[in-house]
Formats: sequence, structure tokens, C-alpha cells
Amino acid sequence: MRIELHAVDYVILCVYFLFVIGIGWALKKYVKTGADFFLSGRAIPAWVCGLAFISANLGAQEVIGMAASGAKYGIMTSHFYWVGAIPAMAFVGIFMMPFYYGSKARSVPEYLKLRYDEKTRGFNAISFAVMTVFSSGISMYALAKLFGILLGWNFHFSIFISAVIVLVYIFMGGLTSAIYNEVLQFFLIVLGFLPLVLLGLKDIGGWDQLVAKLSEVAVGNGYAAGTWTESWAHTGSPAANPMGVEWFGVVMGLGFVLSFGYWCTDFLVVQRAMAANSMAAARRTPLIAAIPKMLFPALVILPGMIAIAMHVQSKGTFLPMEDGQPNYNMVIPVMLGHYFPQGMLGLGLTALMASFMSGMAGNVTAFNTVWTYDIYQSYIRPGQSDKHYLTMGHIATVGGILLSVACAYAATQFNNIMDFLQLVFAFVNAPLFATFMLGMFWRRATGHGAFFGLLTGTLAAALHHGLTLPKDCLVGIKGGWLGSMHTYPSEMAQNFWTAIFAWTACFVATILISMATRANKTDEELKGLVYSLTPKIKDPDTPWHKQPAMLGIIVMAAAVVLNILFW
Amino acid sequence: MNLDIRMPMGLMFLVVGAVLAVFGFATNADAMYERSLGHNINLYWGLLLFVIGAIMVVMARRASKAPAA
Repeated sequence: MRIELHAVDYVILCVYFLFVIGIGWALKKYVKTGADFFLSGRAIPAWVCGLAFISANLGAQEVIGMAASGAKYGIMTSHFYWVGAIPAMAFVGIFMMPFYYGSKARSVPEYLKLRYDEKTRGFNAISFAVMTVFSSGISMYALAKLFGILLGWNFHFSIFISAVIVLVYIFMGGLTSAIYNEVLQFFLIVLGFLPLVLLGLKDIGGWDQLVAKLSEVAVGNGYAAGTWTESWAHTGSPAANPMGVEWFGVVMGLGFVLSFGYWCTDFLVVQRAMAANSMAAARRTPLIAAIPKMLFPALVILPGMIAIAMHVQSKGTFLPMEDGQPNYNMVIPVMLGHYFPQGMLGLGLTALMASFMSGMAGNVTAFNTVWTYDIYQSYIRPGQSDKHYLTMGHIATVGGILLSVACAYAATQFNNIMDFLQLVFAFVNAPLFATFMLGMFWRRATGHGAFFGLLTGTLAAALHHGLTLPKDCLVGIKGGWLGSMHTYPSEMAQNFWTAIFAWTACFVATILISMATRANKTDEELKGLVYSLTPKIKDPDTPWHKQPAMLGIIVMAAAVVLNILFW
Repeated sequence: MNLDIRMPMGLMFLVVGAVLAVFGFATNADAMYERSLGHNINLYWGLLLFVIGAIMVVMARRASKAPAA
């Protein structure tokens, strides 16, 4: 699989690089304090934060992965959007943002320190910092690998160029640079992929023809005809759909635990809303983000569905084969090469490049903030001047990128270790939402309760993983290393249930331990951090279309309509 | 707000749109457009990007001229 790039394509890519660096350079003079560098001076309008909020999550792995899932599972992939994102985004905007933004915490771990205690913050800050560096490195590795296969770029060159560009623009403009480039990436992805979808749909003969072709795909794989184009109709039993999941796992595991755990507690996305210029703007950020988010399946999942339909129509020649299966990860590159002439090809690859780089940049900005405020300022050198921490932020940016590069190279050598780390992070993340939910809505939750609850949840996740195994998988990294008590129909089902167990264990343990320990914070200290102790926000002057609750109702209604349309 | 993102972003889409449109115009009826089902997509999409870029720049200029709210 090779794509030939020509001069015009490189011109477009270079124009993008120039503007990215230029934006960093133009922002340089506005970065004077730590707050400017780490929090964009809390001066960003809501729509910019909103677009950055979804772009930060739309790294290239997600674009490529969602298209791959679109081909492999069909429209059920949209559960990751309409169930697994929109409700959580509405919730964080309406109910949680008042505490994140209102508490003036500078990071999510810092909120945990204000609400609970030092050890809970430390646990979250350290695991988060390691995770961000790791994700950024994996993003870099994926970019270098893909561009090597597609364009024949040298692996070291790809790593070098992406690391240097991300370093330069974050170093100069801090979080604002990252946010602006995420907005740029948002428009590039939309404008670069929309023509791809339009051409693909036209080629296959429109939506009706696509549905017809996909029913051949479904029947060919031994499922009912509508499996690839109906999102809920085949979730009665895990055996009826290629994801191997049933509706309860989707709703509870994905829609509740995993989704709320990510969108409501992950500092990578929450940081975008914390940079907003007012409480109202911070609350609107995830709600504004939800609108394009619910339409993204058309841009990232639909290409996969078109590709697999073309694959069947072309008698198995459209996608490259690997071990007797179509190589689903090649959906986006194949579509780009198939439908785009020189010129547009440059635009499409620039969009892909942009999403790789902002995937890295988002992690790096979250890392430098957590490192500087939650680790360095808290445990290493407290009580220094703002200037000192600003300098540390610059050093952390360089350090974060160097560590990412190291991770990218490690990924080429130690694939198993990378898989293992990813698994450990999943265990740590799974129970998090229980801690935040109890923290914000139950004032009796204590520091000991939160900390040991989190440990219990993480342990429960590991135990569940160790005792279960997905069908047809070997004991080891996939599970079953403590013996096999239950076999899941698919890895995804096991995943969803690991999350459900972890959340429940953390929730119950936090409540029990909190009841048994003394409250470590007074009601006065918890003001602004807990729902029942915080004065309600009343803003009768805000027009209805800017009120978070109203926006929340609109996005939820729209998500319900989409679910019904593609039931 | 310090730098209005719409300005650099708009300028970028003006440049990219212009590059694509001119390239599309110069290569009209080239065999490579068989890939895009016979459409000169560089020309059309380039013009669209150009217009989007222009709208962003105009919006940014208007906002900077308006008295600070």
C-alpha cells in the first residue's frame, strides 16, 4: 500500500506546518505568567474551547480506529458517540463544570486535593502524568509507522519532524497554542474528509445501495442482513452482532462507566473547558462540543462502512489482506488513495498529520500542567515564584516530548510491554468516575474513602480481567491469568464488564470506608466543591440558547433522535 | 482575547484553497480526475476552502473592530 505524493501535496503540507509554527510564534508575546501558559489565562471563548474539547480526543488513532470499526462492525460503532460520549458530555457541562471551574483548581488532580486529600491527588496525578507521556509516544509511533508504510518516510524523520513542531508551538504558546491548533485540526478533518465521504457514497450509488451492499457483508459473515446498518436491533444477544456485546453492557459499561470516566474526569479534555473565559463559557464548552461530536460518525465511521462495501463489491480487492482478513486499519489510507487526486491528497494527509500532532500536543500540555502544579510544586519545590513554575513548565514541555520520543522508540522494540501498560492504565481509569461522582454529590465522602476506594476499584478491574477470558483468546495479556471463571463472547464485552465491576467496587468501597472514617474536611472547606454545599448558579440574564441546561436538553434530544433513526 | 484564531486559520484556508483551485484549473481534464469520479475536485473544493477562509478572516476583522464588550 503506497501513496505517491507530488509537489502540490507537499506545498499544502508545508503551508500547514508554517501556520502551526506561526500561531505559536504569534502567541509567544501573550505568555507572561504561569496562568497564561498552563490555563491560557482563562481567556478563551466557548466555541474555541468546545472545538478543542472534541479535537483533543480526535487523534489520528481514533480517526483510523473508528473507520476500522466502521468496516468491522458497521454502524454499531456509533455507540461510541451517541451513547458513549454525548450523555457524559452533557453531564460534565451541566453538573460537574461548576465545581471544576468554580473551585479555581488548575487541574483535575488539584480538584481531588481540594475535595479529598493529598494521597488521592498524588495517585491520580502520577498515574495521569505517566499515561499522557505514554499516549503521546504511542501517537508518535503510530504516525511514523503509518507514514513509513504510506509515503515511504523514514521512521526517524517522522518522529523528529513531529516532535520538533509540537515542541516549538507548545513551548512558545503553551496551552493556547495547543487549543488553537486543535481548532485548526477540527476544520482540517471536516474539510479534508467530507469530500472523501461524498465521493465514496456517490461511487457506491448512494445510501440505499450502501445498505444493500452492507447486508451482503452481514449475511456473508453469518449475521442478519441489517447488522451493519442498525445500531440497536441486534444487541439482544452478543451472538447476534460482530461486536459480541449485548445492550446492557453497551449502556452500563460503555455509556455509563467508561464514557463518564473519560469525558468527566480526564484532564486532557477537561483542561480545555478550564481555559474558558467565564463559568458560563466553561459549562457550554462540552455542550458545544457535543453538537459536532454526534455528527462525526458520518466522517469517521461511514468511510469504513463504504470501504467494506466496496471490498465486497470488488470481490475482495479493495482493502489489502492480512492473515486472510481485510486489514481494517488501512481503510482511511486506502480511501484517500482511491478517491483523491494529487492536491486533495495533500489536504487529506495534512488532516491526518494534524490529528496525529494534536493528539500528541494535547497530551503534552496536560502533562506539563500536572507535572508542574501537581507533582513539582506539591512534592519537589513548593513555594516558589510564578516565574519559577513558568520556567518549569517550559522544561516539562521539553522533558515530556523527550520522554514521548523514548516511548515511541520503546514501542518499536517492546510491543508486549506497551500492551501491558495500556492494560494497567485501563485498570486505573475504570473506577475513577465513582470517586468524582461521590466527591461532587455526597459531602460525607472522605479522603481515606476516596483513596482506598480507588485502589479497590483498580484491584477489582485487575481481578476481573485475570479471572475472565474473551472467546478464542490465549491466557495472558487478554485475561485469564488467574484462572478462567467466565468466557466473554468478545474482548469488547470483557472490557465493558471490567469497567462495570471496577466502578461498582470503587463506589461501594468508597461509601463503606467513608462511613467508617471521620470527615477530613469541614463543610466550609467543601463549599464550591460539593453540590449540596455550593450556592446554585442563577443567571436569568442569559438567553435561553446559551443556558447549559437548555443546551443539554437539546443535545440529548438530538442524540435520542439519531439512535432511533439508525435503530 | 489576545489573538483571534479565526485570523490565522482563515488565512491558511485562503492559501490552501488558492493552491488547490489554481492547481485544479491548471490540470483540468487530467486523467487523475478519474479517481474522483470525473470531478475536478481540486477546483471545486479549493474554491470552497477559499470562501470559508475569507469568511473566517472577515469575521475576525469585524470582531477586532467592534468595541470591546
